[in-house]
Amino acid sequence: MSTVEIPADMELVYERPESLTDAHTIYCPGCTHGVIHRLVAEVLDELGIRERTIGIAPVGCSVLAYEYFNADFAEAAHGRAPAMATGIKRVSPGKVVFTYQGDGDLASIGMAEIVQAANRGELITVFFVNNATYGMTGGQMAPTTLPGQVTTSSPYGRDVRVAGYPTKMCELLSVLPGVAYIARHTVIDVSSTRRAKKAIKTAFKVQLAGLGFSMVEFLSTCSTNWHMSLPESRQWIRDVMIPYYPLGEFKVADGVKEL
Amino acid sequence: MAKELLEGNAAIAEAAIRAGVEAFFGYPITPQSEVLEHFSRRMPEEGRVFLQAESEVAAINMIYGAACAGARVMTSSSSPGVSLMQEGISYIACSEVPAVLTNIMRGGPGLGNVQPAQSDYFQAVKSAGHGDFHMIVLAPANVQEAVDLIVLAFELAEKYRTIAMLAADGSIGQMMEPVELPPMRPVRPPEERPSWALTGAKGREHNIITSLYLGAENMEEVNLRLQAKLKEIAANEVRWKEYSTEDADLLLVSFGTVGRICQTVVREARANGVKAGLLRPITLWPFPSARLAELARQVRGMLVVEMNAGQMVEDVRLAVEGRCPVRFYGRMGGIVPLPDEILPELEKLDAEVVGGREG
Repeated sequence: MSTVEIPADMELVYERPESLTDAHTIYCPGCTHGVIHRLVAEVLDELGIRERTIGIAPVGCSVLAYEYFNADFAEAAHGRAPAMATGIKRVSPGKVVFTYQGDGDLASIGMAEIVQAANRGELITVFFVNNATYGMTGGQMAPTTLPGQVTTSSPYGRDVRVAGYPTKMCELLSVLPGVAYIARHTVIDVSSTRRAKKAIKTAFKVQLAGLGFSMVEFLSTCSTNWHMSLPESRQWIRDVMIPYYPLGEFKVADGVKEL
Repeated sequence: MAKELLEGNAAIAEAAIRAGVEAFFGYPITPQSEVLEHFSRRMPEEGRVFLQAESEVAAINMIYGAACAGARVMTSSSSPGVSLMQEGISYIACSEVPAVLTNIMRGGPGLGNVQPAQSDYFQAVKSAGHGDFHMIVLAPANVQEAVDLIVLAFELAEKYRTIAMLAADGSIGQMMEPVELPPMRPVRPPEERPSWALTGAKGREHNIITSLYLGAENMEEVNLRLQAKLKEIAANEVRWKEYSTEDADLLLVSFGTVGRICQTVVREARANGVKAGLLRPITLWPFPSARLAELARQVRGMLVVEMNAGQMVEDVRLAVEGRCPVRFYGRMGGIVPLPDEILPELEKLDAEVVGGREG
């Protein structure tokens, strides 16, 4: 890492969080993974928990998250991050354990692992990035792909009579008694990004307080596979994703508000 | 220490507890469920971690996680469950974290049945998961050996940072025998976890445990490292037992329960004037190939007996390289071959190779 001397008449107002490395990411222009990484890292810094945090990366676009977070990290098999996180947390109860997963990873192949971990009230925090497509493999239909959405494996648009319906993970998990906190946010503008960061902080605090399972879902852009510009992508989130995947808190267990 | 009468599955679990296992994650499946049940009762008593996973897929990934955190961990299953674990086994092997599992083998393929079998030899030894790797595979022939080998499994897994499997047919899991358990050793305190483990990046660079290497050169480098380690294991850790081989001119080769039965066959054959001996591999991988190659120069023929359609026999033939005839007898579906059916096979071999060594 290089350090730059700050001129006497200037003030440092923005810098890389300690919880991020200076690695260049593989994320496409217009992707919001980088924003979400930064928010998680800022919260790790602000809570002072980086040195006792263990993250688990998924299979998907964020597979290399372990190179971007300056924290101990494991890379899981596709969908298995919640099981791996369970193993880590159970033998290291004093550590902060989080998974970072995409929609194919969490809501398709890893559906069993996420539901079971949530139902056990596993003291882990899950960051779930939903961009309605399999980004890394080239834009196939995801469990969260919207009705009618054209992808490389739903070229005529997602037909719900054939492929079923997009999965609403926050709603699904919120009914489980082991879940303490679940919220859905997006990071497409300043105010939504601020709210998302607040939710990340709450989710980690829920784990630190031992209240139960916590998860934050992020509606995220994939300009590359959506074949849209970034402004168009943001608008698509507003116009198409949010009506199907409403933002807000889906479970706030007793004790969470007081954190 | 006094001997206790214990069922194989419970003995394996208790021995692992005494060997300092910190966490067990598993899923019920016959004929190994008593391993899980024993852990469920004893781990809370010892203040250690027991969790019944939602599936074998989850169980193997839970031990993968716990192993990454530097804890001494194991899981246990039986044949169809081990098939589900193969994804995780491959990740563990590539990530080079130590882990132990048992396979209390039952009849297959498919759902098969719950009778004892050895039909997972290929899976354990040749194809434990995708990619180039081997597990250390330990095959006990009785409950005492299962106890001794589960302790060894932890030692080897940690020494080589690899995955070690105790592969026992269902009868070893289910039968009761007098056994001497190892002494209780203290659990390693969390602050003494290995330096590579995920314990939080305090006062050091962040640790990463991954099995992803996108560059071909990097992936080959990892493979070369794994292969070098496997070579070292193969050089140092081959284990087997011999019975009456000094003057043998016919050799039985078998492992596990049927290896034990073949001791009786050796005695009966000798009473009939046939100079039989037995080699019983204890490590199925690494395989005692060099010793078998030596014995192939001594004996007139070999009879491999297994509780499967003929799996280990392929490794025996590879070791023997045609130096003597290698014949096979096996039963499948959970049927255990008995001395009175093995003995005629040995006599048939004796008649076939009468008059000295072939070639």
